[in-house]
Amino acid sequence: MSCAAAKETAPMVHSSAKPDATVNPCTLCAPLGAALATAGVRGAIPLLHGAQGCATYIRRYLISHFREPMDVASSSFGEAQTVFGGEDNLGRALDNVLAQYHPELVTVATTCLAETIGDDVPLLLNRYRTRTGNALPLVHAATPSYKDGHVEGFHAMVYALVKGLACNQGAPSRAVNLLPPLVSPADLRHLREIVAGFDVAAIVLPDYADRLDGVILDRYRALPDGGTRLVDIASMPRALASIDLTLTGRAPRASKLLAERGAPARVLGLPIGVRATDVMIESLSELTGAGRPAWLVGERGRLLDAYADGHKYVFGASVGLYGDPEFVAALAGFLLEIGARPVFCATGARNRALPEALASLPAGSVDEVLDDTDFESIGAACERHKPDLLMGSSKGYRLAHALGIPLLRVGFPIHDRLGAGRILHVGYRGTTRLFDELVNALLQGRQDASPVGFSYL
Amino acid sequence: MGFDLLKERRAQVVRNNRSGVVSLDCNKVSAAGSVSQRACTFCGSRVVLYPIADALHLVHGPVGCAAYTWDIRGALSSGPELHRISCSTDMREREVVFGGEQRLEASLRRLIAQHAPRAAFVYGTCIVGVIGDDVPAVCKRVETDVGIPVIPVLAEGFRGTKRDGYNAACGALLRLIGTGDATAVKPQSINLLGDFNVAGESWIIRKYFEEMGVEVVSVLTGDGRVDEIRRAHGARLNIVQCAGSMTPLAKAMQERYGIPFIRVSFFGIEDTADALYRTAERMDSPDVMGRARALVSREITRVLPELRACKDALAGKRAGLYVGGAFKAFSLVRALRQLGVSVVLAGTQTGSQEEYQELQAVCDEHTVIVDDTNPLELAAFLVEQDVDIFIGGVKERPIAYKLGIGFCDHNHERKIALAGFEGALAFAREVRVTATSPIWNLMPRRTRGAGTAMGDTR
Repeated sequence: MSCAAAKETAPMVHSSAKPDATVNPCTLCAPLGAALATAGVRGAIPLLHGAQGCATYIRRYLISHFREPMDVASSSFGEAQTVFGGEDNLGRALDNVLAQYHPELVTVATTCLAETIGDDVPLLLNRYRTRTGNALPLVHAATPSYKDGHVEGFHAMVYALVKGLACNQGAPSRAVNLLPPLVSPADLRHLREIVAGFDVAAIVLPDYADRLDGVILDRYRALPDGGTRLVDIASMPRALASIDLTLTGRAPRASKLLAERGAPARVLGLPIGVRATDVMIESLSELTGAGRPAWLVGERGRLLDAYADGHKYVFGASVGLYGDPEFVAALAGFLLEIGARPVFCATGARNRALPEALASLPAGSVDEVLDDTDFESIGAACERHKPDLLMGSSKGYRLAHALGIPLLRVGFPIHDRLGAGRILHVGYRGTTRLFDELVNALLQGRQDASPVGFSYL
Repeated sequence: MGFDLLKERRAQVVRNNRSGVVSLDCNKVSAAGSVSQRACTFCGSRVVLYPIADALHLVHGPVGCAAYTWDIRGALSSGPELHRISCSTDMREREVVFGGEQRLEASLRRLIAQHAPRAAFVYGTCIVGVIGDDVPAVCKRVETDVGIPVIPVLAEGFRGTKRDGYNAACGALLRLIGTGDATAVKPQSINLLGDFNVAGESWIIRKYFEEMGVEVVSVLTGDGRVDEIRRAHGARLNIVQCAGSMTPLAKAMQERYGIPFIRVSFFGIEDTADALYRTAERMDSPDVMGRARALVSREITRVLPELRACKDALAGKRAGLYVGGAFKAFSLVRALRQLGVSVVLAGTQTGSQEEYQELQAVCDEHTVIVDDTNPLELAAFLVEQDVDIFIGGVKERPIAYKLGIGFCDHNHERKIALAGFEGALAFAREVRVTATSPIWNLMPRRTRGAGTAMGDTR
């Protein structure tokens, strides 16, 4: 470990996509994000317009992370639909989804195939409504994966939900809208708890905490309980304000639209670390006029106490960070706050969100930013920067294993461990947990490397 | 049933009845909106070729199709591990508009130079089929320059069912078979078709044949090597395990090279013994048969005591199973029966008319049989049929667990080898562990009505 100060004059290098193949992708496709966001609405089911495999692959991927049922319907294109258009199949798919699931909402996201053949999904949905007379809300998001990855697909669906459903502009309600990026069910629960601490209602969109970290059942439910109610989404423009927890990329579009409809927006970013969480807490305090609840004051104090106990073990430690832009940016802020060094920050997202988010950091904070990248390039970055530890999804496992360094699993996806949905990243409480894990992973490395070991710190 | 079976799917579900075999409306594209457990045509081709470890596997399309198939099978290799990386041309809007041939060619040339594979497979995804990239022409050009086979596998997702993808993979393998020198192959020799070395299963089977004095020329495609596949035409006999995926290849090799084939299975001790004996019979060698007898007798003696203990622990348990192909289903029904477990729900993603007739014949009265089912049907039948153990893949697992039902992974992500005699024992242990865990006694499904205060899950 070298001293952080030595790096201060080094310029931040920015590397982006290769001209040819992507090897070991660091992103998923856009419809995955759209399907996941849909699971955050009560009684909603996602339908992907395209071939059957997209829905099945995405289900398998999400199921392996959340370890919960995750149903995603497909319009199951064959050759005929590819040539003549998918209208009939989309209609049949909607009929069958309605018959089996009795949903309150169906979202339709497009696959590459439907986008490439040029199906006009809004038009097809209008014709379906007219033909069947069905008043069920249908929300559409265009999610071609040759344009965007899962992060943008997620936010595209949140925007479509707000655009299509958040239309009630009546008297103000004592609620705060919370628009999180892709976080864990544990994070969603904690965010709700924090807002409730200020004696206001939280409308979290999307909120898949209960659907994707659900209880055991004796009778199966086609659509599990939980998720934001349609009536609450409708009332979002009447809230005191929207707190958008995504700074990066095109994500703040949804809160901007809500602002146009009546609820002022505060775009804050993901609350990981003391400073980032303080920003959210102060915002809530200002909006509600309520003071910080005692339990939050206590959690903040205990986090600072933990920082004091562990600061020496993380100071100067070099960390390779990768994942979704918002997550990586927030984790970089956390690492800098405790004296660790995010030697590289990498994302597979291709919207320049990460370099833009990191541009505001003091010079020398991060040695290299990899945008629109893959794990082959992240591997090369590891060779250049020799990090002490990696932080990110489980997809960095083989890299960490080959390098013989610890991997701290955070974010999405985590396919090789249990409890991905229960990982808490946000707030003082989540930060405390991350800090302990980080310190302990580094200590484990020291113990493993020592011929005699040690029994006390 | 606690739900309405979709009208479109009524002919894909039957209740077994000894008075006659019912024909199932199978082998067709999934009903739109049904939430099928199947993937697509591309997936069929990708999973069959995936275990070939010294070939480059390049997915030509947007990044998702490659991301979802990265390291997806637990198909082990004893050497190179090229199959475990995920390569994609990662097509963007520019390629969709102007064509992706240039990017494909650049990707192939870079990756072949970097990894020195013995062959390359290029998988076409939906978009490629629509925009009309001339993938075979690019492959041909690169093949001529770099001197390794570069084989297009055009099974775009929308082209049909997963089975059509298997056919495309078989076609790709046929491009390799017959291009190597097979003169040194022994007269007592086989190819093992349709084993993918998940958790090292091909190694178990290979070891048996080596002990019997039978040369395994190639395994298609478990722990696969291009040079072995090239000389597969020299084998005396093809033994076909995953018949759903590999029968087209076995038939083509019979036609082209005169190699007969038999269908076998290495799941369960009965089927394993049967597979070894039937292979030995075709070798025309008393020595091979003698060694097969000795092997089977020794192995059965070794595993039987613990199998019996498992059977005692599992007495009266009921199983459900949902697997890819029907031949695995037949084996599992027999293997479970031997453990004293009756199969009350059985289904496959890709079974054919004849295969479902056979499945009805091997299953007991009242067994529910489903083709290309979905989560709601599975959940309803698991409860209705009072299933204790469900056997399936990753997508079925949360359905079982959510209802407090035991589960055994028999799909390609499994980490425990379930083939052969030791595999039969591992399977019995797996079933026993999940069926007899004390946790189920705490679950609402079992405590309901028992007057426990916490029985309510809400």
